[in-house]
Amino acid sequence: MQVKTTILSLPTEEFVHPGTRACAGCGLAIAYRVGLKALGKDTMLIVPPSCLTVLQGLFPVASTKLPCLNVTFASTAAAATGILAALKTQGNEHTTVAAWAGDGGTSDIGLQALSGAAERGDNFIYFCYDNEGYMNTGAQRSGTTPIGAVTANTPFKGKIQQKKDVPAIMAAHHLSYVAACSAAYPLDLYDKILKCKDMPGTKYFHIHIPCPPGWGYDPRYGIKIGRLAVETGYYDLYEIINGEFRLTAASEKLVEKRKLVPVREYFRAQSRFRILTDAQIADIQNQIDAKWAGYYKKDE
Amino acid sequence: MHIIENGNVAAALGVKLCRANVIAAYPITPQTPLTERLSEYVEAGEMKAEYIPVESEHSALAVCIAASSAGTRVSTATSANGLLYMHEQVQWAAGARLPIVMCVVNRAVGAPWNIWNDQQDSISQRDTGWIQMYCADHQQIIDTVIKAYWLAEKVSIPIMVCYDGYILSHTYMPFDVPDQEQVDAFLPPFRPDYALNPEDPANLNTVTLPDVRMDVHGELAHGYMEIRYLLQEEMRTTLAVAAEAEKRFTEIFGRGGDPYIEPYRCDDAEYVAVGLGSLTYQLRVCVDALRKEGINVGVMGVRFYRPFPDEAIANALKGKKGVIVFEKALSYGYEGALASDLKSALYEHLAYTGALPVVQNFIVGIGGRDIRTEELTQNLKAATQHRVSKEPAWIGLKL
Amino acid sequence: MGTRNYKRKTSHSEHGPGDGGRTGSWRVERPVFDRSLCIPCKRNKESCFICWLFCPEIVISRTIPPTVNLEYCKGCGICAEECPTKAITMVDEAQFSEEDKD
Repeated sequence: MQVKTTILSLPTEEFVHPGTRACAGCGLAIAYRVGLKALGKDTMLIVPPSCLTVLQGLFPVASTKLPCLNVTFASTAAAATGILAALKTQGNEHTTVAAWAGDGGTSDIGLQALSGAAERGDNFIYFCYDNEGYMNTGAQRSGTTPIGAVTANTPFKGKIQQKKDVPAIMAAHHLSYVAACSAAYPLDLYDKILKCKDMPGTKYFHIHIPCPPGWGYDPRYGIKIGRLAVETGYYDLYEIINGEFRLTAASEKLVEKRKLVPVREYFRAQSRFRILTDAQIADIQNQIDAKWAGYYKKDE
Repeated sequence: MHIIENGNVAAALGVKLCRANVIAAYPITPQTPLTERLSEYVEAGEMKAEYIPVESEHSALAVCIAASSAGTRVSTATSANGLLYMHEQVQWAAGARLPIVMCVVNRAVGAPWNIWNDQQDSISQRDTGWIQMYCADHQQIIDTVIKAYWLAEKVSIPIMVCYDGYILSHTYMPFDVPDQEQVDAFLPPFRPDYALNPEDPANLNTVTLPDVRMDVHGELAHGYMEIRYLLQEEMRTTLAVAAEAEKRFTEIFGRGGDPYIEPYRCDDAEYVAVGLGSLTYQLRVCVDALRKEGINVGVMGVRFYRPFPDEAIANALKGKKGVIVFEKALSYGYEGALASDLKSALYEHLAYTGALPVVQNFIVGIGGRDIRTEELTQNLKAATQHRVSKEPAWIGLKL
Repeated sequence: MGTRNYKRKTSHSEHGPGDGGRTGSWRVERPVFDRSLCIPCKRNKESCFICWLFCPEIVISRTIPPTVNLEYCKGCGICAEECPTKAITMVDEAQFSEEDKD
């Protein structure tokens, strides 16, 4: 059994420099910082255009201390395949290859390449940092923007479609490891990365990333909002190991507690959900309750 | 060793001899037999390489871009819409200065769907910063692949080796396959200036500003414009490096010629037909026929299309009365791209002489329309006698 | 002086701090620690460090007392919000004299 990492046991070595171009209070900056600690020095990164491109820095200065290949929007996972193939022909079996892409770069334009690499079973870790929209281009809707969210191109009515369940799509590729994480639970993310690093094939991480400008809240509340998403049962932390689903961290504890914070609190903390009516919130609450009734039943 | 095989196999043998380590490809007719053959070499252990069966052409080039950035020699191939689907990646590979060699088995592009040969696919990629070399027979295919790896790695610019679908890709012809030792003597192992490395981390292809900026050592680094200027500058100096490649190749393999153009009966010709690829060998038959009628014509194949060997072409056409450009592609709304480029070269180098050849443009074989030698001959003959048309004339059109 | 002799011909970046400049200038409020409330300060023992864990900018040190690199701190306030003992207060930058400012 893997020992749980604590704040005190978390390595102090940093792989990101201060003074990045990320917005103040950026949730990605937290997840990326801790994720790189888990990946370690012997890692090669692949990044498509996204908020991370901005955080990573502008030529000739890089904010990240690891080698990184910036690639086109749709080609992230295929580029990971290419690096892996090169390393294999060079006899390098130790370097970890990790892709970090946003939700648009994953669930929309990058899905084909990701599906291809996952189907081939290429041995790398793919991180989708999900701030639920095209935040780098001014907060337009993406495949993972939740229903009811006002975005730059769903300006008055909010998004009318459901959020695409990308971890489920990836689980359907028979992966050895799929995880859902949150920037508000960095140690859960850290431990999951350590856990799957040596597993075979493609590993997929979905990370919920609070975004102050895109979601509409004061930057100081970023972790609180990320936590609310979990405590309301709206966004769940889990892992799927060889097809076996298991809630983790705070979500696992919620099963024991049998008590969720009303989802209204999560919605009312962000201006992007301002158009959600009480009836719509009640409807979403019912869906959450039904999902959790399933979790409780499994636990019995 | 002389063998009789098809053009796709000639290309595959070239890639094998060059010891590409990573191959990524997506099936598209008429490229498929080439990449199938490479997968056979890899699975049979004849080639020490990773063969990646990707899910799209966009990913095929993505794999090559990444594997090349990580320091390996790579190979891919495509045709038609596959090449168009790569377009973003094509530009990317050039900007990142990666010495990728890609075979383009020329085919018409949709819509409507058409699987037959023309050259609209590679011509549409003219302005992407890739070197483009065109082959006229099977020997040229295998030789050009080998030269291309040497040249691409020398100048850090990717290369498209273009040859006509079916006409070359699926026909069988005898050609010489060089020995592995000869190729190894010609082509040293790939040693890039930088390859992704955790011990020496770099962030490649990051956002680059319109203006120059200081690096972490206090040295002034390029802006986007300087990086793009260097690509253009080194594309132009590639012409001289290509001559060096041809010279080295000739020394080791005992065959070669002019690196840029392939003239046939041009010396005393008053009129010269110009084209790309296998069409120029078909035009030799027309030239021979017209010579028998007493018409002084020749034909010149352009082997190097980008960078454009403007000076070599202008010198070869100096003093000619007319130049007749036959093309299997065009820049819609104007004329054939080669005709435009050629006129520009003639103007640049010969305008001062006050004697510019007349240039006429024919469009042929679009979407695989039969190019009948007799029809070609008659049109070439007509062009030596009068101005056939102000607009590019389409041969064999049945409107 | 141009870049003719620069060692690279592609976009090849090397790592270093402050790509975004001195991002401390973005700050409207500054985090100020009350050591009498700060857990590691009170215990004089490595503990808590929640502010260090959640700092997106990596500008809070994992030391006793924790210190803030004001050259780069963007003043997001996550540390103040997450501190379990409310030992961190966000104070308007106008409260500080010019010498205090970075």
